[in-house]
Amino acid sequence: MADRKYTEDHEWVEVDGETGVIGISDYAQEQLGDVVFVELPDVGKVLDQRDEAAVIESVKAAAEVYTPVSGEVIEVNEELNNDPSLVNSDAHGEGWFAKLQLTDPTELDALMDEATYKTFVESLS
Amino acid sequence: MANASPDTELLKTPLHDLHVTRGARMMSFAGYAMPVQYPAGIITEHKHTRNAAGLFDVSHMGQAILRGADVAASFEKLVPGDIAGLATGQMRYTLLLNETGGIRDDLMATRIEENGALALFLVVNGACRDADFAHIASSLDGEATLEILADRALLALQGPGAEDVLAELAPDCSDLVFLEGRDMEVDGVSAFVTRSGYTGEDGYEISLPAAAAAAFAEKLLAHDAVEPIGLGARDSLRLEAGLCLYGHDIDEVTTPVEAGLSWTVGKRRRETADFPGAAIILKQIAGGPSRRRVGLLPEGRAPVREGAPIQNAAGDGLGMVTSGGFAPGLERPIAMGYVAADHAEAGTSVTIELRGRSVAAEVAAMPFVKPNYKRS
Repeated sequence: MADRKYTEDHEWVEVDGETGVIGISDYAQEQLGDVVFVELPDVGKVLDQRDEAAVIESVKAAAEVYTPVSGEVIEVNEELNNDPSLVNSDAHGEGWFAKLQLTDPTELDALMDEATYKTFVESLS
Repeated sequence: MANASPDTELLKTPLHDLHVTRGARMMSFAGYAMPVQYPAGIITEHKHTRNAAGLFDVSHMGQAILRGADVAASFEKLVPGDIAGLATGQMRYTLLLNETGGIRDDLMATRIEENGALALFLVVNGACRDADFAHIASSLDGEATLEILADRALLALQGPGAEDVLAELAPDCSDLVFLEGRDMEVDGVSAFVTRSGYTGEDGYEISLPAAAAAAFAEKLLAHDAVEPIGLGARDSLRLEAGLCLYGHDIDEVTTPVEAGLSWTVGKRRRETADFPGAAIILKQIAGGPSRRRVGLLPEGRAPVREGAPIQNAAGDGLGMVTSGGFAPGLERPIAMGYVAADHAEAGTSVTIELRGRSVAAEVAAMPFVKPNYKRS
């Protein structure tokens, strides 16, 4: 089972060996409301941890998505161009944004695991 | 992706508990905690209003009655509209102007009759309420008095199903056509009802005592056709309808002519030229303004937002986007903004800056979605 880690800004990364898939949490998509457009990074782009990886446009506003980990973009979720609402309907699955080749896996140690993130979200309401 | 929760000092409308119970996400707007959306979401709420009936809490807006010996003539000192020409029960969209022809606020004024005396029922924007009422009261001191209706709620019921729903509780509402209003009993409560709104749909705005508002709203919401609608969908609906949002599309430094609101300057008022900023406004009407508010259709799927610069093909600045978003009814981004007058014709190609790149866009006629008013 792949290991999923979260940031306090509600992004997640699911690590599988030396690659990681990034997205936003269900809590985050609910806060954003209906997603109508996602601007994805270019494949080949090298991102440092906390760099802007994508922009999500909801009906009302734009929100930046910051990468939880450093790495090179090796794949993006083209399906979001056809159906950006996948971010709403399946934020932890089909609504993923990009796959990165990780450059510093030790960054993962400082991120929250599933249980810690869940407690964190509960503390917000 | 931080999301600030409304702070504790915000005012609450009479429907506050109803919003919270129904799972609304609350935001700060004009000093009030207001619902931005309910669990259904903005797109669903928007489409529901276009297809059936949406209930909006707009109690943050300012309501007042202006009275005076010649109240219409008095009020005309502050606005360019033909107020004296209103028949009793007739409502007009008009503008509070400053001395340079800029717009202090936009508002709705309805001529009413109270025990044989004429008065004006005013509804102004929530964010401008205190400044507007202070301005009106002080400017007309000695000739007219303003009663601020602080203990009244204002609900809007909008959409093609609105009449059938409201008529069950207020049969007289069917007698009104677009931009008419009067007192009537609504479910046994005395209310002031106008056939008006801010969505491009047929519908009503109902002013009633704050204490009666929640029970009335629950009765409307019990109806199958009615869903509660937040400010998010209110904004996307009015943008599709090409209607201005004060503080964004119009403000103290835009004139009615630049804003495409010359039609609010009454014919008689153009001749008498006795409203604030008349010299500047009439000169612009005659000679054309240097910039105009236009509709914009950006290519692709990405919405352009307020503040985005608009340029011509050569990269010269033409103006700025003042409202922009996604149009649920058209399933595409739409916007409005100001451009140099020589680029204001529908069909003109422009570019809009978005996150460091240029998006092609076309100047478009407004409204983007045909209104559905009941005019007769």
